[in-house]
Amino acid sequence: MTKSTEIRIPASEITVAKRADATIAVVGNPNAGKSTLFNRLTGLKQRIGNYPGVTVERHVGLLKHGDRTTELIDLPGTHSLSAHSLEEQIAVDVIFGRMAGTPAPDGILAVIDATNLYQGLFLLQQLVELGLPMVAALTMGDAAEKSGVHVDTEKISAALGGTPVYRVVATTGAGLDALRDAIAHLPQLPPPQRVVIWPDLAEAAEKLARHSQEPLRFAEVERLLIDGETAANKAIVGKLGAAARRELSQLREVLFLDEPPIARDARIRYRWVRGVIADVQRATPPFVGWRSRITDFLNRPVPGTAGLFVVMAIVFQAVFAWATPVMDLIDAATSSLGSMIVERFGEGALSSLLADGVVAGVGSVVIFLPQILILFLFIILLEDSGYLARAAYLMDRAMRSVGLSGQSIIPMISSFACAVPGIMATRVIPNRRDRIATILAAPFMTCSARLPIYALLIAAFVPATSVGFLNLQGLVLFGLYLFGIVAGILTALLMRKTALRGPKPPFALMLPEFRKPNLQTVLIQLLGRAKVFLRRAGTVIFMVAVVIWALAYYPRADDLPGDVDQNVAAAMQMEQSWLGRAGHVVEPVFAPLGWDWRISSAVIAGFPAREVVVAVLGTVYAVGDDADEGTLSSRLKSAKKPDGSKVFTLPMVIGLLIFYACCLQCVATLAVIRRETNSWRWPIFAWLYMTSIGYFGALLAYQIGSA
Amino acid sequence: MATNGSTLATLKRGQKGIIQAIDAGDPQVQRLMVLGLVEGAEVEHASSAIGGDPMEFRLFGCGISLRQEHARHFQVAPVAAGD
Repeated sequence: MTKSTEIRIPASEITVAKRADATIAVVGNPNAGKSTLFNRLTGLKQRIGNYPGVTVERHVGLLKHGDRTTELIDLPGTHSLSAHSLEEQIAVDVIFGRMAGTPAPDGILAVIDATNLYQGLFLLQQLVELGLPMVAALTMGDAAEKSGVHVDTEKISAALGGTPVYRVVATTGAGLDALRDAIAHLPQLPPPQRVVIWPDLAEAAEKLARHSQEPLRFAEVERLLIDGETAANKAIVGKLGAAARRELSQLREVLFLDEPPIARDARIRYRWVRGVIADVQRATPPFVGWRSRITDFLNRPVPGTAGLFVVMAIVFQAVFAWATPVMDLIDAATSSLGSMIVERFGEGALSSLLADGVVAGVGSVVIFLPQILILFLFIILLEDSGYLARAAYLMDRAMRSVGLSGQSIIPMISSFACAVPGIMATRVIPNRRDRIATILAAPFMTCSARLPIYALLIAAFVPATSVGFLNLQGLVLFGLYLFGIVAGILTALLMRKTALRGPKPPFALMLPEFRKPNLQTVLIQLLGRAKVFLRRAGTVIFMVAVVIWALAYYPRADDLPGDVDQNVAAAMQMEQSWLGRAGHVVEPVFAPLGWDWRISSAVIAGFPAREVVVAVLGTVYAVGDDADEGTLSSRLKSAKKPDGSKVFTLPMVIGLLIFYACCLQCVATLAVIRRETNSWRWPIFAWLYMTSIGYFGALLAYQIGSA
Repeated sequence: MATNGSTLATLKRGQKGIIQAIDAGDPQVQRLMVLGLVEGAEVEHASSAIGGDPMEFRLFGCGISLRQEHARHFQVAPVAAGD
């Protein structure tokens, strides 16, 4: 159509279906009980997404109260409006309405922890300067009372320019109704009065705001004066205009002289905070209960570290012991569902696609869920109880010697069960370089999917002789675990010295008091993790499973001799399928490792999920894909090359074990690395890197061993 | 304000001190100041990990851990026991 037919409607007449009447940002220190309160207020009416271009999660929930619907944004915890980390930067950007795709908030719900008024008031005083309607929720009031600290909310309110302060207990729900009502009516509330604690700064900010080309908010200008021109506030500096920009640097010189502005700002604001605390809080000598006695005991270096190992041993054991029966059940369910489909629809492409492609594909996604859920249950419990921070603190020195920090310990240990939740657990690491180095090291840890292959090969080829009081088979298994740890640590060290070289990340860890985790928060977080895994990683895993099915199924062998047994027929089909042909094609590549086409095609089939290898070996060696280990291992032992020599010699088996100890044959891990790093670069690098190490390790073992 | 060269790093376990002066040139030290380790604040050395590093301090009831290399930037006046 031509432009003249275009109908123009005045903007005021367009009615947009608004989901919410207002958007409120939930802001607070880390560990202030912000997420617990957010979950209490929104329940299951929340969505987890990502902020554009970064891996920081965006939690948005709806609060319905009366006829009003308020959208709450749970922001990452922050200590100040001068951001120090990516997460803090996001919180600050959303607060100032600079985040693409997120509306500027109509008001602030500030969360302050009664047991940590010191850091809480420091942040809230800055929030008051925003000039937005604001309410404060005082959490942990019960915990503060228990330790003998009484907090006067009236006085806090007065100190914060009249910000209404609501006492809430998230665990029991006390005080929540009044808070809900306040949030629903927040946009109509007049903003609190500005608290001027540094008149020179306020004056400079007012002056600069007057001279700015485009209107800027007072708090924004104030931060500009403190932070100076940085990459993050480029857009705001642009709004100033040339004259005001010159004025900015002059004003900063006068305000701060030679002192670092952030240091000066912190000094002045905390002086004010100390004065307020003396006024609002009354302390009686604390009651020394069993909890503080335990804390005190665990605070000693040796019991603390020993306690950490006990906790991790319990977690590790639980992931193995509790997940295995459920995983066996899922495995049995998928295979019986598969055979039911074959029975119902008969042999054919469709039923094979359904049974071996779709059902097996879904099964290979769901099979990860038990381990992910159990591990995350523990991680969330440890995090919410405050123990995770303590673990990072205790292990910091050891992890620092390999170029990481204490926060890497939990992801690394978790990866012994499964690298997928391990990599998801790296979110606790604030520094990006540290986080990626940990992500690259994690898949080297011997995960539970490597065990079936290790078990098969060790049982078949490593003699069960004793070495001293140890068993050689057990020793080899232990060696493989150790190999994974060393390879992972060397990888982290190598990465931190090369591609991920950078300044040591700031290490300042808040160590919260131990507290009882809230059941609702734990469950909501757990559900969120499961959803994220199924949606983001599950789709990739599923697609790859179907592709591998097609490669093994097509083209069909139509001239199979009719008198062979079913297993032999399956083996013949496999040989002339695309997968079998691929095995033949790549055989020269793997020949220096001592592998024949059968192992080559099994290894190819195992690229999406390494545990498939055992089943594929079963098929190509014509013992059926559910043959027991004994049958398969005796078949492997007698496998011969065309020249009559044995395929599975000891050097070749050791090489194969090394290959599996390294190689990243797991689409789930790759998909999670992609998701957690937000780029294809790292999963591709990790795959190439680990596969080459595995290949050359196997090559070395075979060539040296056979020489 | 004699500090006798005492810093956060030299406080003994259970000992309290008041921060007197901070060498704030390092951005990591500035970060610690944003967390509340500023002049005039009373801190108590609560614990340390194996080998004495990192160290945990109590600051207005909350725990904060820092590495020795950063703790050395904070000069403190130890508070005598019983104060």
